[in-house]
Amino acid sequence: MRYAILCYDSETAIASWTKAEDDALIARLAAVERKLASEGKLGPNVRLMPTTTATTLRKAGESLVTDGPFAETKEQLLGFYVVECASLEDAIDTARLLAQAVTHGTGTYEIRPIATFDPGSFGP
Amino acid sequence: MTDMASIHTALASARPQALAALLRYLRDLDAAEEAFQEASLRALKNWPQTGPPRDPAAWLILVGRNFALDEQRHHSKTEMLPPEELISDLGDAETEFVQRFDASHYRDDVLRLLFICCHPDLPTTQQIALALRVVSGLSVKEIARAFLIGESAMEQRITRAKRRIGAANVPFETPDGAERAERLAAVAAMIYLLFNEGYAASGGEAHIRVVLCEEAIRLARLLLRLFPSEPEIMGLTALLLLQHARAPARLDAHGGIVLMEDQDRGLWNHALIAEGLALLEKAARHNRPAPYQVQATIAAVHARAAQPQNTDWAEIDRHYAMLETLQPSPVVTLNRAVAVAKIRGPEAALAMIEPLEDRLSGYFNFFGVKGALLNQLGRAQEARVAFGRAIALANTAAEAAHIRLHLDRLM
Repeated sequence: MRYAILCYDSETAIASWTKAEDDALIARLAAVERKLASEGKLGPNVRLMPTTTATTLRKAGESLVTDGPFAETKEQLLGFYVVECASLEDAIDTARLLAQAVTHGTGTYEIRPIATFDPGSFGP
Repeated sequence: MTDMASIHTALASARPQALAALLRYLRDLDAAEEAFQEASLRALKNWPQTGPPRDPAAWLILVGRNFALDEQRHHSKTEMLPPEELISDLGDAETEFVQRFDASHYRDDVLRLLFICCHPDLPTTQQIALALRVVSGLSVKEIARAFLIGESAMEQRITRAKRRIGAANVPFETPDGAERAERLAAVAAMIYLLFNEGYAASGGEAHIRVVLCEEAIRLARLLLRLFPSEPEIMGLTALLLLQHARAPARLDAHGGIVLMEDQDRGLWNHALIAEGLALLEKAARHNRPAPYQVQATIAAVHARAAQPQNTDWAEIDRHYAMLETLQPSPVVTLNRAVAVAKIRGPEAALAMIEPLEDRLSGYFNFFGVKGALLNQLGRAQEARVAFGRAIALANTAAEAAHIRLHLDRLM
């Protein structure tokens, strides 16, 4: 079964990290990714730019383009992983591995089974 | 598990919002800072056991406010207390109300906090120092180190700045549209100055002070989160990201200046460049070009060129022409001359900058550019004179060393 693991955290908190802290986090996540890849579990994964770069199109009535993310929330969608897991338990364990690499104490991971999956047409 | 490092991160990221709300309640910067300090101490004591609250800023505002009100009750029974609705102890329902109330003021609170740091009475060095101390929460020691002056001198500078703004009476009412735009422009200018101070230091040993650049970017992003549809704030943030992206390539191993055309473009930070370009693309949709956007567009032309010879100098020239009409200044014309030299040759560029000499007679870059143009024209003797003036005006050792290198080649 394929799952999406959607990573949420406070962007303000992340923006206050130093480059060294951010680099260290990326290195820890890369280690988890290598482990998942070696087990054949790792699919496409994405780190999003800050929500300040986001543009939102609302289709209510005539479509309206606004600057900024869709919703103003305490935690923002920062990125996601697609993983291949044997069970929901396995997917939760995988999310836990990612969470453990993120050591600053906050953050939320939403685990959602994938209904259809199309890898698309372009490479990395 | 909550480790101390993560608590410090939470406190640092909640600081602007929490301090800004406390300032609205207490209407005094020192009192707000003291209340925030106290709330932070209580957070350091409580959070390791309880874990950080879901909304650290709201927690700090509440605890800081209650502390300040207790203080007022203790110390000044004779003084008038603030209106009752501001001081009542809070039940759960009220807490939620106050949190919503604070959230609705978040934008103007943080803008006010930034704005009081850039009061026009304050010299820019004081504005920057104050913003670093008050908004970013850097210690006096850290700021002093960034400015390469002694800690006590920096302490004095900040104290003096605070005294001035204390007397300046910044209004606490919610600002109207025009007032808000004015504050936004002043704050953007202060962030730009802070970045420039880091990008090309105005004195001392280190030519680039990364801390100042990073803080400026942090503040620009904060401002953009507050005002997500202001194209000029997108432009400012993009400009800082695109300029800072080159930092890893701007100095060699010995701290010497490496000109853009000689930089290893593989060292540029491509994540920052991508973010800057994305913001610029968003800003362009608004069709309201203004100075930061135009400057960012120029930086973007450089960022897009994989090799120096791919640089589209004609496009850069067009953008500088636009900047000259939006924000005429001899420095802009000087920068435009560099593009003109590439398109129409050094003679045309020299003719452009010669009328600027009176106004730029104290400006290092003017004589650096002039010397280089004269040199290209084979006028070695005049080039030597210009380079000599540049060395005399150099702000940092790296600038002087860079010009000496040109002089050596002339020998």
